[in-house]
Amino acid sequence: MAFELAENQPVYEVTNLGFSYDGQTPALEAIDMIVHPHEILAIVGSNGSGKSTLLKILDGLYFPTGDTVKAFGQILSEQAFRDDVFNFEFRKRVGFIFQDSDVQLFMPSVWDEIAFGPLQLGVEKQEIVSRVERALNELNIAKLRDRAPHQLSGGEKKLVALASVVSLAPEVWLMDEPSAGLDPRSASWLKGFISAQAQAKKTVVISTHDLSLVEAVANRVYVMDENHRVIAEGSPEVILSDRSLLIQANLCVNK
Amino acid sequence: MKQPLKSRNRSGIIERTLTDINNTLEQSVFAEKISRRGGLLQVVDPRIKLISMIVFLLTVGLTRQLAVLGILCAFTFLLAALSAIPIGFFIKRVWGFVLLFTGIIALPAIFITPGPAIADLPFGLSVTKTGVQTALFLILRSGTSVSFTILTILTTPWADLLKALGVLRVPDVPILILGMTYRYIHLFLHLTDEMFLSRKSRTLRKLSGKEERRLVGEVASHLLGKSLHLSSEVYLAMESRGYRGYPKTINVFQIRWVDWCYSGAMLAILSAALWFGK
Repeated sequence: MAFELAENQPVYEVTNLGFSYDGQTPALEAIDMIVHPHEILAIVGSNGSGKSTLLKILDGLYFPTGDTVKAFGQILSEQAFRDDVFNFEFRKRVGFIFQDSDVQLFMPSVWDEIAFGPLQLGVEKQEIVSRVERALNELNIAKLRDRAPHQLSGGEKKLVALASVVSLAPEVWLMDEPSAGLDPRSASWLKGFISAQAQAKKTVVISTHDLSLVEAVANRVYVMDENHRVIAEGSPEVILSDRSLLIQANLCVNK
Repeated sequence: MKQPLKSRNRSGIIERTLTDINNTLEQSVFAEKISRRGGLLQVVDPRIKLISMIVFLLTVGLTRQLAVLGILCAFTFLLAALSAIPIGFFIKRVWGFVLLFTGIIALPAIFITPGPAIADLPFGLSVTKTGVQTALFLILRSGTSVSFTILTILTTPWADLLKALGVLRVPDVPILILGMTYRYIHLFLHLTDEMFLSRKSRTLRKLSGKEERRLVGEVASHLLGKSLHLSSEVYLAMESRGYRGYPKTINVFQIRWVDWCYSGAMLAILSAALWFGK
């Protein structure tokens, strides 16, 4: 199974993607999107525009009909994920940060949470221990190792959620509203963390309506409107200076 | 914040629920704090504690001498003190429960067990020596067993206790389910607390019985919907990190000299108890 990227091959190719949860109400419509290696791509849009659904499709958690999404040159389909090798290769390359950290922290302690991913992917015990320790130290949360998730603050939960993906050492990060609910200091730290991932040759896809985060870290931006469509693509400078576009996407108000 | 108990009887469903949730959370936090203290049992490997507990329960069950049972019971108090567990809290936690439930079961044995009478009571009843011994056996056996079990639970963080179950060949699936249940019970307790607090902030008078029933129904249906949504999201989060329906668990427990010392001491004490308790 070829999961290695050739020169200039995109990490993701999304072509005319449509998706509906109930078969009637569209959650996504005619999405075309390319994600290049080592870039920080922001998908911006108001609540309900379909950003989270799109990210879940990119993570192989939901499946659209048709061969509309490719990752590392491979079609993401339910059929493909039934294959253990495909699933293993994809999961070890792509890490997902959920918007609600309580969803992502399901183990009884922080240590177990960070060890969960590598453990499921069959990493050796000593390597798991070493990865967990590295993740704890990298995110400066070693003191939380034995805590239960319900004993953590919102910011700490987000850090543990990040650590639970750091231990997977993914090539691609998918982050759903990563700055939601963070205090200014934690939000500032997060911007540094995301930038550091790109410097380490990782690819980062963020869905957000936090325009300050987009301005600080993104290389490229897709804008989604309330009709679940992509209405613009460009650099952060161009997108964020287009006030009428932001108003159309319900990302700022017309005063 | 804990609600004053004297207002409990007069308070409505909102106050009572908030009080109960806060009491549960307080107990949980307190138990978690005890498990992190630097006492004797806290430093022992959870697997050793779990095996010791089973051997201890077997010994208590096999002992036929009241005096030996009394010594084993006193031993649990000594272990509680050495493990930095407040004795008052320990007595309340164990003996309140034991005396209430086992005491009720044991009480008739004092009068109905045949044997030499040691006191005569009205209505032709008499307290027999054999009856008192039987009742004491029952109460001491259950009290001592519950004491050691509570000691094990209180001095072991929940996550470690679950992982230690692996040594008893408990499969990974129930271990994972128990861990997740414990984790999300806390989330739902907080959620329920917030829902009732929000209702309290908008309630100016005591609710009628009908309104209370409607409130409970609304909260229950909201929690059910929330739990259904959460369960599917959590499953996605697990899948996203490589879960394929076959959970795997890991422990990094290491047997140290303190574990060998504890195991040796327990072996000696329990062997002596079995020998003298024949």
